[in-house]
Amino acid sequence: MESSRSYKVSFLILLLLLFIALLTNISFGSVAIPMNEILSTLFGGETSKSSWHFIILDYRLPKAVVAIVAGGGLAVSGLLMQTLFRNPLAGPFVLGISSGASLGVALLILGAGAFGGYLSGLLLSQWSLVLAAAMGSFLVLLTVLVVTFRIKDTMAILIIGLMFGSITAAVVAVLSYFSNAEQLQQYIFWSFGSLGNQSWQGVAMLSLFCGGGFLLSYLRSKSLNALLLGEHYAKSMGLHLKRTTFWIIIITSILAGSITAFVGPIAFVGLAVPHLTRQWFTTSNHFTLIPAVMLCGSILMLICDTIAQVPFSEYTLPINAITSLVGAPVVIWLLVRKRKLLF
Amino acid sequence: MASEERHTILDVNALAIGYSHKSDTNKIAEGISFSLKQGSLVGLVGANGIGKSTLLRTLSGMQSPLDGSVLLQGKSFKSYSALGLAAQLSVVLTEAPASKNLTVQELISLGRQPYTNWMGRLSEIDIQVINEAMEATDTFPLAQRKCFELSDGQLQRVYIARALAQDTPLILLDEPTTHLDLYHRAYVLQLLKRLTTEKNKCILFSTHEIDLAIQLSDLMVVMSKEGTYVDQPCNLISAGRFDTLFPKDVIRFDPDTGRFGSI
Repeated sequence: MESSRSYKVSFLILLLLLFIALLTNISFGSVAIPMNEILSTLFGGETSKSSWHFIILDYRLPKAVVAIVAGGGLAVSGLLMQTLFRNPLAGPFVLGISSGASLGVALLILGAGAFGGYLSGLLLSQWSLVLAAAMGSFLVLLTVLVVTFRIKDTMAILIIGLMFGSITAAVVAVLSYFSNAEQLQQYIFWSFGSLGNQSWQGVAMLSLFCGGGFLLSYLRSKSLNALLLGEHYAKSMGLHLKRTTFWIIIITSILAGSITAFVGPIAFVGLAVPHLTRQWFTTSNHFTLIPAVMLCGSILMLICDTIAQVPFSEYTLPINAITSLVGAPVVIWLLVRKRKLLF
Repeated sequence: MASEERHTILDVNALAIGYSHKSDTNKIAEGISFSLKQGSLVGLVGANGIGKSTLLRTLSGMQSPLDGSVLLQGKSFKSYSALGLAAQLSVVLTEAPASKNLTVQELISLGRQPYTNWMGRLSEIDIQVINEAMEATDTFPLAQRKCFELSDGQLQRVYIARALAQDTPLILLDEPTTHLDLYHRAYVLQLLKRLTTEKNKCILFSTHEIDLAIQLSDLMVVMSKEGTYVDQPCNLISAGRFDTLFPKDVIRFDPDTGRFGSI
């Protein structure tokens, strides 16, 4: 499938927007730092205050990088799910990845009481949360994969994912019932999502997983294009349906799973960004769409994070709420204007 | 006659079709034998639920036969790789493609997937085949339109163009005339006829347009409760095969006009 238009200019504009969004994101925060100081820090120069240097390089920049990677990753995995299930409502979490992660974290935080106070302090470090979330989503994913190989109907996978969501939500509810207020608060804070507080080590690890995910999904573009015609047509053109389904699920899990593990559940971006992107890039060709969706996801996430940290104030709002608050009206507006949601 | 020299594309022998689940087997039709040659248009007719779609699915390799054999170019489906089969056989299904956001050109170009590299990059040959497919189906003026903007008649032409772009000796179509008005039903079947004569394709289509199929087909497959009969349309008429197609309480086949009329 060849794009009928060239999108070179659009991609240049997107890159420019990404750069502007990145600078804006780094410029705003609880401490006001002048733009020229930010630029000189970013490009290896000196700042007049060493605390600014620290704030920019060890707090704001890693947070911005996480926003770029997470936004892009969630958006691409949303696109993959929409194409696999041929359903405009699909998002990165339809396979139960975020419910798996929340189950893992809930077991860790809310179940920590069961291990006694001595262990719980050890358990609740930053990395143990990441590990618990990753293991939770991996477990759910493994079950979904086993089921995938037993059933023929792709749509059934969608329902099974939803069912897993219900089951985990129920388990989390039961756990919450037996937990104390402090543990509950800790769990709820995790479910707000947080882009910040990542070490450069964490950022590098997340980027590695997501970079791999982006590359693999780009390599699958041809199969994804074939799936646009439906499973039967795709098969009649020589596509290995099971193998392709398997790969798409694996890639989505790497992307959405690692992001959820590091930053918590982030709603909306994965569902909406592919639709927003299609308003601009009117092609269905995944060779164009995947990079475009990735860039749009990164930009949107940076903007949401800039809003979430409420410029010039001490407050940081939950990113998970902001993505929906900012994004949902945009999608509604687009729908009302265009009257249909195509994919 | 040139037909003797034509190469056989599809050879069906004592085929039984249906579904089997673990212990119980649901046989829909059996004893089906025929062979289809290059450059022939074959109409498949029968009442609803008689097994036309099951036969087409079996002949396209999507479903295994219960008994008997289907040989495509002398080889069984199992001996083909997925890509190898895609180069021999293309389909036009009743289901609409999942995404209607594709442009006509994009959709038709997807037909080249079995031949393109991992990027799906179209070579000069690919573009030439796509252009020929668009020319044959008169879809050039629609090239940049989105599929959701098209009428059913235009869409059917686009689907046929995609199958043509796949460049296979055999094309199977499942009810390509449904949802079309009288003009477009005749247009599509005549298009198929032209493709068999001009491009030497072997085309098998199922349809409820029995009178049009009788006029245009070189060979017809009639599926009825009594059995499955394959012959030239005029022989089928004289053998009274169309009389058994439907229950006789409402409509009757008139052998003189080759049409069904109400009683």
